[in-house]
Amino acid sequence: MAEISAKGLPESIDSVVEILAAEDYLAGRSLATVLFLALKMKRPLFLEGEAGVGKTEVAKVLAKALDRPLIRLQCYEGLDVASAVYEWNYPAQMLEIRMAEAAGVSDRDRLEHDIFSERYLIRRPVLQALQSAPGRAPVFLIDELDRTDEAFEAFLLEVLSDFQVTIPEFGTVKAAEPPIVIVTSNRTREVHDALKRRCLYHWVDYPKAADELAIIRRKVPGCDEQLSRQIVAYVQRLRTIDLFKNPGIAETIDWATALTELDRLALDPETIADTLGTLLKYQEDIARIQGSEGQRVLSEVKAELLAAG
Amino acid sequence: MQTPGTGSDKRDGIVGSLPVQGEGRLADNIVHFARVLRKAGLKPGPGAVIDAIEAIDTIGIGSRVEFHAALASIFVKRHEDQPVFDEAFAIFWRGRDLVGKMIALMSPVALDLGERQKPKPGSARVSDALFAEKNRPVRERNEPDIEIDARLTVSGQEVLRQMDFGQMSSGELAQARREIERLAMPFDKVSTRRFRASTRGRYVDQRASMRQALRTGGDLMLPRFRERRQRPPPLVVLADISGSMSQYSRIFLHFLHVLSERRQRVHTFLFGTRLTNVTRQLRHRDPDEAIAQCTDAVADWSGGTRIGETLRLFNRQWARRVLGQGAVVLLITDGLERDDVETLGVEIDRLHRSCRRLVWLNPLLRFSGFEARARGVRAMLPHVDELRAVHNLEALGDLVRALSGPPERDADPRRFLASMKGVS
Repeated sequence: MAEISAKGLPESIDSVVEILAAEDYLAGRSLATVLFLALKMKRPLFLEGEAGVGKTEVAKVLAKALDRPLIRLQCYEGLDVASAVYEWNYPAQMLEIRMAEAAGVSDRDRLEHDIFSERYLIRRPVLQALQSAPGRAPVFLIDELDRTDEAFEAFLLEVLSDFQVTIPEFGTVKAAEPPIVIVTSNRTREVHDALKRRCLYHWVDYPKAADELAIIRRKVPGCDEQLSRQIVAYVQRLRTIDLFKNPGIAETIDWATALTELDRLALDPETIADTLGTLLKYQEDIARIQGSEGQRVLSEVKAELLAAG
Repeated sequence: MQTPGTGSDKRDGIVGSLPVQGEGRLADNIVHFARVLRKAGLKPGPGAVIDAIEAIDTIGIGSRVEFHAALASIFVKRHEDQPVFDEAFAIFWRGRDLVGKMIALMSPVALDLGERQKPKPGSARVSDALFAEKNRPVRERNEPDIEIDARLTVSGQEVLRQMDFGQMSSGELAQARREIERLAMPFDKVSTRRFRASTRGRYVDQRASMRQALRTGGDLMLPRFRERRQRPPPLVVLADISGSMSQYSRIFLHFLHVLSERRQRVHTFLFGTRLTNVTRQLRHRDPDEAIAQCTDAVADWSGGTRIGETLRLFNRQWARRVLGQGAVVLLITDGLERDDVETLGVEIDRLHRSCRRLVWLNPLLRFSGFEARARGVRAMLPHVDELRAVHNLEALGDLVRALSGPPERDADPRRFLASMKGVS
């Protein structure tokens, strides 16, 4: 059984691997080490890597494994404080003013204090992540940070280093217990050094063949053993040729699921041509693999598997 | 004995106060390792050293993989640094005597020593500024005095504005550079999803209205407005520096330097047979220094051209990183492709589909009878939004105006395509 501390956090790198595996996520040794460090040192973890290598999944699985709530902030261009941190409930505030008027309240300080109170505060993800139930700090996922702009990144500096936000009318909200922060980026833009410096950094790579096979076995249990070997060998080979967008693990799983649903037991050119859309997402890549190059890859993969026995 | 207050002394002091002091040598080694990384070009701050020691203290010394992962998560902050880190890690945590030699080989600092003998380009300018009187007759000895006078008059400037960069003397080029610095830069703007306060915006700013209302105790509630904030889109410049463009390369670099200085989010790439990102080099404030750093960074100055191949590289390695958020692309090339024209067609099509606006600047367009005859040019034309000349100051001015407004008719590449059909 995994060693778990009183606070529900794993006590060793092995137990990190174990609790993630229990949720069907197979983490490499280095990812497990970095995750363990992030939990121990209470630092945000910055995950970078190609699309579809399981960056977002880490946060989701971690939340499940640690039995913590998952709070997700999906970034986009123009994300602002009102939709990321907090907003005042204006209609309710206006009502409050009218009511106060009707009741004949004339003390302005008191009115202001009433209006900007917690009652009228709408909490958005960042604020939710900072105000958690005691002992159960949430997993806070800041997804695809590269999609937002530099201004929001700068704002995050305060949140990620001190785990607090300042609301001018209300005061500073500080997390009693810092949330477990996971930041992901697809590298469509360089994220500023200042932000990365506050985080632990890890580059999530495509898995090795053996690991990928293990992932397929877990995620697509109905998949034929022979077929899953072929799928993994084929995808690994595709990643070595010069495609515009390499297939990620998510795509491999999709493909394996698709082939299993179609009751295939082995790869053949026709099946590949029909289902290639689950694996490759650019027309140029699909056209290339549907041609002679795909044939070559397939025959190489089959020869390789035959040689391996 | 080191003088107190130097950087390394401070760092050592920090380490000494850490709880892992008992394990002495390991902490020392990590401090030393951080210095090695710093010499190899990574940028670990003093804080990183403390973090690293804390991290190792947390996981304990177990397997090499864990030790490597823990140190990497602290010291590596960019994926590009990973190979350097791996190399340094492999060498450092094996035998310490090797390090010095290897680092001396790998380190840019060591290389720098050799180059220091060469006078810095910036220093030439400084001495120019200090001893302008002395130097002037020597520098301009080949030019008749009368020309210097002419440049100061209006008509002289007019001549300069329409003169081809390729035909300018060094003195005229210097004058042209000064003109470029005076050029207004494009101010194209796109709306963002952010807002700012405005007196006549389209949106009601509820928050500001509420605060305003409270000031009067809620008796009077007047709406406050806000509007969408606007900012220039990212600009990506791909400039050809092959032999056929050599007359123009330097003056364009000057233009690009001014552009990068005045505008945020400008990314510049130079290409001949390979692709070089010189964004960082052009950020240098001194124009001479910036351009000298560009030429140092480029290995294929005034060589051949492989437009298709370099565009392919750009599309694969950089497009997704710099073309986000609706970038405008300036492609500066004469379109004389020696390689496979088919690749060129495919890649420029891909580039066109991943940016907001693709403007092709072609100095060959200076000839009034320009026809799209070259195969490379014909492959590229259908995929650009605009085709413009950039052979003199006036054309640069036009470019700036064109970028500030919507696409213009006279730059539509289709008119060349029409004449192309007539030819074939």
